[in-house]
Amino acid sequence: MFKIVSKRILNPTVTEMEIYAPLVAKKAEPGQFIILRVEEDGERIPLTVAGYDREKGLVKIIFQIVGATTEKLNHKEEGEYISDFVGPLGVPTHVEGLKKVCVIGGGVGCAIALPIAEKLHEMGASVTSIIGFRNKDLLILEEEFKNASDKCIVMTDDGSYGNKGNVTMPLKEMLEAKEDFDCIIAIGPLIMMKFVVSTAKPYSIPVTVSMNPIMIDGTGMCGGCRLTLVKEDGKRVTKFACIDGPDFNGYEIDFDEAMMRSRQYAEFEKKKREETCALYKKAN
Amino acid sequence: MPFDPKKHIMPTQDPAIRATNFKEVALGYSPTVAKDEALRCLNCPTKPCVAKCPVHIDIPAFIKKIKEDDLEGAYSVINESSSLPAVCGRVCPQERQCESACTLGIKFEPVGIGRLERFVADYHNENSKTKAVKPESNGHKVAVVGSGPSGLACASDLAKQGFEVTIYEALHKAGGVLIYGIPEFRLPKKIVAREIEGLKELGVDIETNVVIGKTITIDELFEEGYEAIFVGSGAGLPKFMGIPGESLKNVFSANEFLTRINLMGAYLPESDTPIFHAKKVAVVGGGNVAMDAARSARRLGAEVSIVYRRTEKELPARVEEVEHAKEEGIKFELLTNPIEILGSEDGSVSSLKCIRMELGEPDASGRRSPVPVKDSEFVEDFDCVIMALGTSPNPLIKNTTAGIETEKHGCLIVNEEEETTRQNVFAGGDAVAKRLLEK
Repeated sequence: MFKIVSKRILNPTVTEMEIYAPLVAKKAEPGQFIILRVEEDGERIPLTVAGYDREKGLVKIIFQIVGATTEKLNHKEEGEYISDFVGPLGVPTHVEGLKKVCVIGGGVGCAIALPIAEKLHEMGASVTSIIGFRNKDLLILEEEFKNASDKCIVMTDDGSYGNKGNVTMPLKEMLEAKEDFDCIIAIGPLIMMKFVVSTAKPYSIPVTVSMNPIMIDGTGMCGGCRLTLVKEDGKRVTKFACIDGPDFNGYEIDFDEAMMRSRQYAEFEKKKREETCALYKKAN
Repeated sequence: MPFDPKKHIMPTQDPAIRATNFKEVALGYSPTVAKDEALRCLNCPTKPCVAKCPVHIDIPAFIKKIKEDDLEGAYSVINESSSLPAVCGRVCPQERQCESACTLGIKFEPVGIGRLERFVADYHNENSKTKAVKPESNGHKVAVVGSGPSGLACASDLAKQGFEVTIYEALHKAGGVLIYGIPEFRLPKKIVAREIEGLKELGVDIETNVVIGKTITIDELFEEGYEAIFVGSGAGLPKFMGIPGESLKNVFSANEFLTRINLMGAYLPESDTPIFHAKKVAVVGGGNVAMDAARSARRLGAEVSIVYRRTEKELPARVEEVEHAKEEGIKFELLTNPIEILGSEDGSVSSLKCIRMELGEPDASGRRSPVPVKDSEFVEDFDCVIMALGTSPNPLIKNTTAGIETEKHGCLIVNEEEETTRQNVFAGGDAVAKRLLEK
């Protein structure tokens, strides 16, 4: 059993928790992920590590409530326990040698982008961050990003906070103004990452994206998380996000296929979440 | 008593009923039938069966105890050599091992050794009140990586000798392939749980949720004071065919499909883990895993076809599993190989394009390899395709441990003592042995 040491509501659909998991905390690096189960007989879900405190043995996770499992997790309070927590899984984000980086986070993806921005900032790299949300109510981690960035741009789709528009707009402006980033690291909805890639392409700046596909074991066993990379010569290569990723070269990802695959269980998830919500309402 | 040339039949659930539930198919011998079957054993002095048993159980000796109505005595004989009799009695390929060498089998059907092993183990588990006792510690610590059959067997043997054993398991539940792979209807989870309880009684500690190579490395285990490490990490990486359409929705590896059902209980309505309830499923492959996936899909209500590129004779699955699958209404498209999976507009599987095959000249392994028949392509509608083409070992340990070498298939190289190329790191099970070809 793993203790929830702290819980913080970041916005109505996004929650942050710190879990006591010293073995995971000892090893975790930005870009890696964990798999948890809230309770016995529950579902296994992957969540990317949003931070860690090696001394206290804590691992930070930030999750959006989308299905039954995240709904149940959100009903857990500080001091309560979840049944399983395993990691760190996947390959850490490559940050070595980077001097000037644009870190882009979209929605809850900002939770994963933040520790990468922080690590780069600590290393002395110049960090420009662009964080985007649908509206002001969904804004998370603004202060944290400001502290970890030389420049932080906040975008909202409806203009209710920061600048109006999506994250590719300031990116395009900067690229047109000949900002010479070593690398762009983009983490967020698949559609956002796809457009970051197409925006950056004319400028030939490397783009790293973090994939979050459907997954069960996280150790390469199920193949559910497979995605297709399209190599320069057009060759299509299958990779498993759990062991080969979750970070990939954005130019190689077949985003359309990944978006299609991500909808495999969308209806089931929605139905299960509604059932779970109904149960909680009944209990109250 | 007249001599019976045939094995006593294993009673099973009626095929029409069992194809709609996940309860165990084979119901087990009654004590009377078990004794009658035991009496078929000639107790021949050469004991060819023992030599063909991977753990060399003294088979005639345990069968003799059944003849004498001493079932606990029979269990003790098995237990001297085997740690998992209730599991092995159910899922070992006895027809290729012990029973293949049975003297009786030269003229008649061999003794049903597996069925008797299962009977004895089940009798013991149901009736014995005695718990295993933790032997006196010899003061030496050993770590076992993986809680599948090889890890459990290794841990049990070591614990019986007084070693302090800790098993590390990556998943949340111990049992490895016995839990995530083999379905309830072939190996009930409570049987596995009972065997694992027995290990705990022997003093074995099981740490779940620890991925060796990620959470803790082999080197760190040595630093923690383990003097030897046994790697039983299995062969968990699924293979795909590399044909167009494999990324469509509702194309699954057998591993994913079975893990959802077995480990996560996705067939139960209350489960939070989703599973696709298909109407018509093609399972590609001919091994036990293919049979398990096909029969599981059938139990979820689908019409199922096994697509296999050789003939029935080459099917690597156990004969019993093939028979059970057929009884449950699973179709066999033999000498057939998929060449493309076709999809609908929303990216889901809509049909499978296959080509008919014929057997050509024997290859290096002596098997006649299948070759495509020209212009024999055809398309059949399916809404789900499950790939059961075999698996390869997980490279995690190799990639994170200095000094560990593998052969070209990724299997760990070991010497006659089962020691890897790294001193004091031993390995067994599918992580080393090239498993039976699944295709």
